[in-house]
Amino acid sequence: MRYDVAIVGGGVVGCALAYALTRYQLNTLLIEKACDVGFGTSKANSGVIHGGHHSRAGTLRGDLEWAGNRQWLLLCRDLGIGFRQVGELMLALSDADVPVLEEYKRQGDARGVPGLTLWDRQQVRDDTPSITEDMVAALYAPTTAVINPYEACFALFDHARANGLRVALDHAVTGIAAVQDSWVVQTQGGDFEADFVLNAAGLYADEVAAMAGVGTFDIHPRKGEELLLDKRLEGIVRHIIFPCPTPISKGILVIPTLDGTIMIGPSAQEVTAKDEVTTTMEGGSEVFAGAQRLVPGIQMRDCIAEFAGLRAIADGDDFIIGTTVAHGFVNVAGIQSPGLTAAPAIAERVCAILRDEGLALRPKTTFVSLPAVRARFAGLTTEEQARLSAQDARYSHIICRCEGISEREIIDAIRAGGNTLDGIKFRTRAGMGRCQGAFCAWRCMALLAQERQTPLHTLTKRGGGSWLVCARPEEPS
Amino acid sequence: MISDKPHHLRQQYDVVVTGAGPAGMAAAIGASEAGAAHVLIIDREREAGGILQQCIHQGFGMHHFGEELTGPEYAQRFLAQVEAHGIDIITDTFVDVARSDKTLKLMSAHEGVRVISAGAVVLATGARERTRGAIRLPGTRPSGIYTAGVAQRFVNMLGCLPGTRAVILGSGDIGLIMARRLALEGVEVVGVYEIMPHPNGLNRNIVHCLHDFDIPLHLSTTVVEVHGRDRLESVTVAPVDDQRVPIMAQAAQIPCDTLLLAIGLIPERELADGLRLRMDTVTGGPLVSSTMETSQDGIYACGNGVHIHDLVDFVTQESLLAGHSAGDSLFGRRPPVDNVRMIPGENVVSCVPHTISTDREHTVYLRVRRALDKCAIRFGEIYEKKLRYVFPAETVTVRLTPRFLARFPGGALRIDILPRQGARGDEEAA
Ligand SMILES: Cc1cc2nc3c(=O)[nH]c(=O)nc-3n(C[C@H](O)[C@H](O)[C@H](O)COP(=O)(O)OP(=O)(O)OC[C@H]3O[C@@H](n4cnc5c(N)ncnc54)[C@H](O)[C@@H]3O)c2cc1C
Ligand SMILES: Cc1cc2nc3c(=O)[nH]c(=O)nc-3n(C[C@H](O)[C@H](O)[C@H](O)COP(=O)(O)OP(=O)(O)OC[C@H]3O[C@@H](n4cnc5c(N)ncnc54)[C@H](O)[C@@H]3O)c2cc1C
Repeated sequence: MRYDVAIVGGGVVGCALAYALTRYQLNTLLIEKACDVGFGTSKANSGVIHGGHHSRAGTLRGDLEWAGNRQWLLLCRDLGIGFRQVGELMLALSDADVPVLEEYKRQGDARGVPGLTLWDRQQVRDDTPSITEDMVAALYAPTTAVINPYEACFALFDHARANGLRVALDHAVTGIAAVQDSWVVQTQGGDFEADFVLNAAGLYADEVAAMAGVGTFDIHPRKGEELLLDKRLEGIVRHIIFPCPTPISKGILVIPTLDGTIMIGPSAQEVTAKDEVTTTMEGGSEVFAGAQRLVPGIQMRDCIAEFAGLRAIADGDDFIIGTTVAHGFVNVAGIQSPGLTAAPAIAERVCAILRDEGLALRPKTTFVSLPAVRARFAGLTTEEQARLSAQDARYSHIICRCEGISEREIIDAIRAGGNTLDGIKFRTRAGMGRCQGAFCAWRCMALLAQERQTPLHTLTKRGGGSWLVCARPEEPS
Repeated sequence: MISDKPHHLRQQYDVVVTGAGPAGMAAAIGASEAGAAHVLIIDREREAGGILQQCIHQGFGMHHFGEELTGPEYAQRFLAQVEAHGIDIITDTFVDVARSDKTLKLMSAHEGVRVISAGAVVLATGARERTRGAIRLPGTRPSGIYTAGVAQRFVNMLGCLPGTRAVILGSGDIGLIMARRLALEGVEVVGVYEIMPHPNGLNRNIVHCLHDFDIPLHLSTTVVEVHGRDRLESVTVAPVDDQRVPIMAQAAQIPCDTLLLAIGLIPERELADGLRLRMDTVTGGPLVSSTMETSQDGIYACGNGVHIHDLVDFVTQESLLAGHSAGDSLFGRRPPVDNVRMIPGENVVSCVPHTISTDREHTVYLRVRRALDKCAIRFGEIYEKKLRYVFPAETVTVRLTPRFLARFPGGALRIDILPRQGARGDEEAA
């Protein structure tokens, strides 16, 4: 089969591209080297849909941040996923910071970002008493929101699949060859032919571009460490709290996540390896110090988990989106922050580029909308819960005790494509709570093994060599 | 009646106990003895017994039964008493929320979603294990890092092994017992690492779990980093100085595919949080009075859900009291309100219960900050007692009688544990 478009990389950008392209009468293929989508940088970030006023005018990052912000609002509704406009407070901790806030306000105002307001000290303190005494003023932005980035990836991906996306997971692209008027994308699992190749390979976009003979840029990984805090702190902040940004970084934020936990981070550190996602003592301590500077009530002992993600920084520090000298090979590269925010706007832009390149974009007459991801069982009223459990008793069988996730929800996640323990975790939140899977891990594994009819020792945490358990040696008889 | 099958659950109980560990079973028996006619115990696990089901070693019940039992044997004795008292037990059922009006929302595959109400509630929810996040262990995030309890579940419930070559962090009883268990199952146990200069488990367990299996114990040593992208490949261990700071110059990398964390327990607090009970930030459990009543009327708590116990016998003792009090409260039998607040002072980190009364005898449980030999515990000006030693991993248990308490007018009573200097009273081990 010859595809119209092959997307390399199934992060949020690849998934957003897939979602956008499957609205048209095209044969689209997504190739991802991991065993699931969204397992790269797209699951290891802050989950913030930036307000629209952060990135500089005249850059792709700036233009697409605001456009993306607007689109997520509608997209989340279409996809049936969580989106909460929590707003943000950017704090000035000294008088010298105040002009910076004013500059950000001007930047946003000029772009049409509504509602940016400077708050004085008293206003901020009345609003959020947990904020540091050292704060002198703040810039309030009502447009800033939070989502669950992995939930977004899965929802975009599931919708795209329901609308004809072909998928090759566990397929790493190893070569890209031009043949006459199309491309052959090579993987260990076989070759795929396509008219257009979209390079959305995140950290590896430079290498993928080089495979196509257009290696004109380098990607440098910049690590960010984040810490998740216990639910005990729920409500300590209602808005995302930003420090006054420096020219190189947005700084360390205090984020009320969609799930009611608090996340703090990220740090920013240049690293050399593209898989260097270790967490460090120094990084964690830096994040804590940064967060405590804004909200002193945050304590180290509330940490329940740490993780790190890598931003894909391209030469020139902006997104690289566009055609190359190799006709049909389009870069969607260097998608660093605010790449999550910008993803839907990036997809829209790429569609326009493909049209300009001569690809006919004929809308489909029918686009399958999946039923909204059902509200989590734990979030329903007792009456609704009782009704569901009368239909299916597995709803009232709790598998994850911290987040109250039911057996039925785990089964649904497995049937939706959750092939690994992390696949289940990121689809349901089972294992993300304060006990970190102590209660549910073995229960989820038992359900996965049963659904897939496979022995337990073949299960993995997230594919590859991440096996979970081994079989007991045979008892000598 | 014990059941995981649909059966006739009452809508209204005199006392509902959440948790069927030793605490929950003792509390239910206590309530029944106090006259409560309808008592229900609920547990989310398949079997009653709580953590005891996992402790197949000897060492339970020396105080209570005067003989050494295994965990399941100890649980079995209580289960028999529970049955003899006609107490209902329902397992495989999750208590989702408990409310101040003493209604509880239950969920299970067999009962669906139900709300029942009680005259009094006892929280006996036990403890959960501390995880990697709690100690902020740096490195990658591979598979193969499990708490000891999870590894135990793999072996017991799934019939498989957590890995082939394991390092164990933490020398509490849980770590020691898992070291032996894995060794018996054919897993290579490289060693047990303990950040403190002394082991945290019972001496008996050191001998039976480590020495008998030639498993080395490394004191004043900790795991400082984990390595491996997909599966754990190795850990870096390093000795620590007396401030518990790792000495990286002496660090070593140890190949292993499994790291078991046995780094302590903390009270399970979901239900207490939902009730907005007042909590002790040190123990992590709710504040309790001398009758084990929490900050809310008719809501009692006991066992590891209040503070971590070393010995199950004390869990039983404390929980019988909680159950008796809950039962008594139904009949309006309430002792005088506590008139003494316990204030942890020098070298005391926590004290349970948090208040007592001068008219009765009380058993109080304390934890210390640092080890001391030949010391004395002082309760304000009223009572002083010699202790041979105190030790952070061991609870100090003291009985306070009205003979001394009668001297106290009431109010804040400060507790100090100090090096000994002319102490009065009888010498006794901690
Ligand atoms: C710590 C941190 C915090 C952040 N916070 C925010 C935020 O709050 N808001 C925001 O808007 N942005 C944020 N970002 C940025 C955002 O996460 C990224 O811009 C976004 O996730 C990039 O998505 P992507 O799809 O380009 O990359 P990825 O998610 O990395 O996807 C690329 C995919 O390509 C696959 N791939 C690579 N090579 C190959 C190959 N050869 N063959 C097949 N597949 C291949 C990879 O496996 C991967 O799945 C943050 C980033 C970090 C690191
Ligand atoms: C490895 C190990 C070795 C030990 N060795 C000894 C020893 O040698 N000698 C000795 O005397 N003591 C020993 N102890 C201590 C003793 O076992 C514990 O102190 C005791 O089991 C605590 O009892 P508990 O009932 O408070 O908690 P648990 O036994 O943990 O029981 C709590 C129960 O509550 C249930 N529960 C919690 N929340 C809910 C909810 N929301 N809904 C429904 N059910 C819920 C749980 O499923 C659990 O079954 C040991 C402990 C451990 C961990």
